Amino acid sequence: MIEVKHLSKTFMEENGPRQVLFDINAKLYDGKTNLIIGQSGSGKTVLVKNIVGLFDPDEGEILYDGRDITKMDRKQRKELRKEIGMLFQGSALFDSETVMGNVMFPLVMFGGMGNSEMRDRAQFCIDRVNLTGSENKFPSELSGGMQKRCAIARAIALNPKYLFCDEPNSGLDPKTSIVIDELLSDITHEFGITTIINTHDMNSVMGIGENIVFINKGHVGWIGNKDEVYNVDNDDLNNFVYATDLFRDVRKYRREHGYKPTNH
Amino acid sequence: MLLIKMLDKFGDYCMFMWRVIAIPDKWKVFFKRYTDEIGKLGIDSIPLIIIVSLFIGSLCTILIKLNISNPLLPRYTVGLTTREIILLEFSSTILCLILSGKIGSNIASEIGTMRATEQIDALDIMGINSANFLAMPKILALITILPFLVVICMATSLFGGWLICIITGIVEPDTYLFGIQSLFIEWYVWFALIKSLVFAFLMSTIACYYGYSVQGGSVEVGKASTDTVVVSNIMILVADVILTLLLL
Repeated sequence: MIEVKHLSKTFMEENGPRQVLFDINAKLYDGKTNLIIGQSGSGKTVLVKNIVGLFDPDEGEILYDGRDITKMDRKQRKELRKEIGMLFQGSALFDSETVMGNVMFPLVMFGGMGNSEMRDRAQFCIDRVNLTGSENKFPSELSGGMQKRCAIARAIALNPKYLFCDEPNSGLDPKTSIVIDELLSDITHEFGITTIINTHDMNSVMGIGENIVFINKGHVGWIGNKDEVYNVDNDDLNNFVYATDLFRDVRKYRREHGYKPTNH
Repeated sequence: MLLIKMLDKFGDYCMFMWRVIAIPDKWKVFFKRYTDEIGKLGIDSIPLIIIVSLFIGSLCTILIKLNISNPLLPRYTVGLTTREIILLEFSSTILCLILSGKIGSNIASEIGTMRATEQIDALDIMGINSANFLAMPKILALITILPFLVVICMATSLFGGWLICIITGIVEPDTYLFGIQSLFIEWYVWFALIKSLVFAFLMSTIACYYGYSVQGGSVEVGKASTDTVVVSNIMILVADVILTLLLL
């Protein structure tokens, strides 16, 4: 489990300091899909980058199963990062490497395996994300959804305990988004990973949000899950989640008829 | 204000170099990248060097012949002067100024694009020292290969001068050959090679720094590429003056 306690972050800008996160407290659970949601500019990406250690918070603690990343030296952070997989918004695949090369990369750097063992592991990950047959393709030859799946395969190659996903559905059509969501959900449950997904995709919230942290203007606005999100009387959250007429109608209908949300 | 900005940049550069100078995470991967970079930065530059050197060598010979037409000066002066120009300045300084355009912008745009597309963040997340992983092979590869490129440049330029003598007959080829062998000072060759090592370090580290420091998208990558060439050229010329004062 990852625990965030009293986390604050300020950026120094030309016009003066700008505080982005204010006293954030949240728990992100093992074997669950934890969603961090919020409007663009609400501070969710900054929060995730603080949690993974790409930014240093001004104050607060970030505990990975009790180990505080903010107090770790470079060597300890390096060790911890071997337990972390990350899926970036733009996939961040290495252009000069094939799909196989990308998935093999963390294994070559840290796997401590023989060549054939590494290939087997990489092939397993590629098969798991349904990219079989694309092993020798370069990222530029893949569609957006395939790039995301390749990035997921790379992220899980080292069997991480924690998987971070920064807006995994951005730039994807709704159907492909659902495929990616289901894949992330399946992988989370299959391998017992603590998955943290940073998103503003409402389909993801309704579909796979087992633990949802809503960030509003740098503050924690609400914490709950996909079943609770239908019955919350939180204006900020409702304005964000039910921003469209369609979602408002769905909510109204389901509240009136007592429907519970289902998976995709 | 400008001074503070320059000092700020220099401090940032030093901190970047502090991260670069470290033991690689995986030696096998490092050597593969190192040899790849030697090919990409060095071997791939040979055609450009040959073309430029041939023309500069022949131009030097023509211009010297046109400007030294004093009957009191021996005819082999053309070959001798061409050699001195090539050994002292062209083969190292001018060549590096040309290469900083090709290699420097290549390195800055490659690393800059990796920054803009979060590939460097991906390396950091994996626990890899991204500065060392990306920059060290490029820096060492350029330091290794540039002296060889300088030697190729020297030979090709002198050959270019000889070729123009044969084609145009402005100087007898034998006289030219006699000239390039006369009053030869071996130290000038070492001087050029030492300069090339310093220039290789400056070129590669400045390019890596500007690429690594990119914040933003394609516009910033383009700016980093341009800044790399400008700053590299200035630093090469400053280093050239200092080294010339120290070594000659």
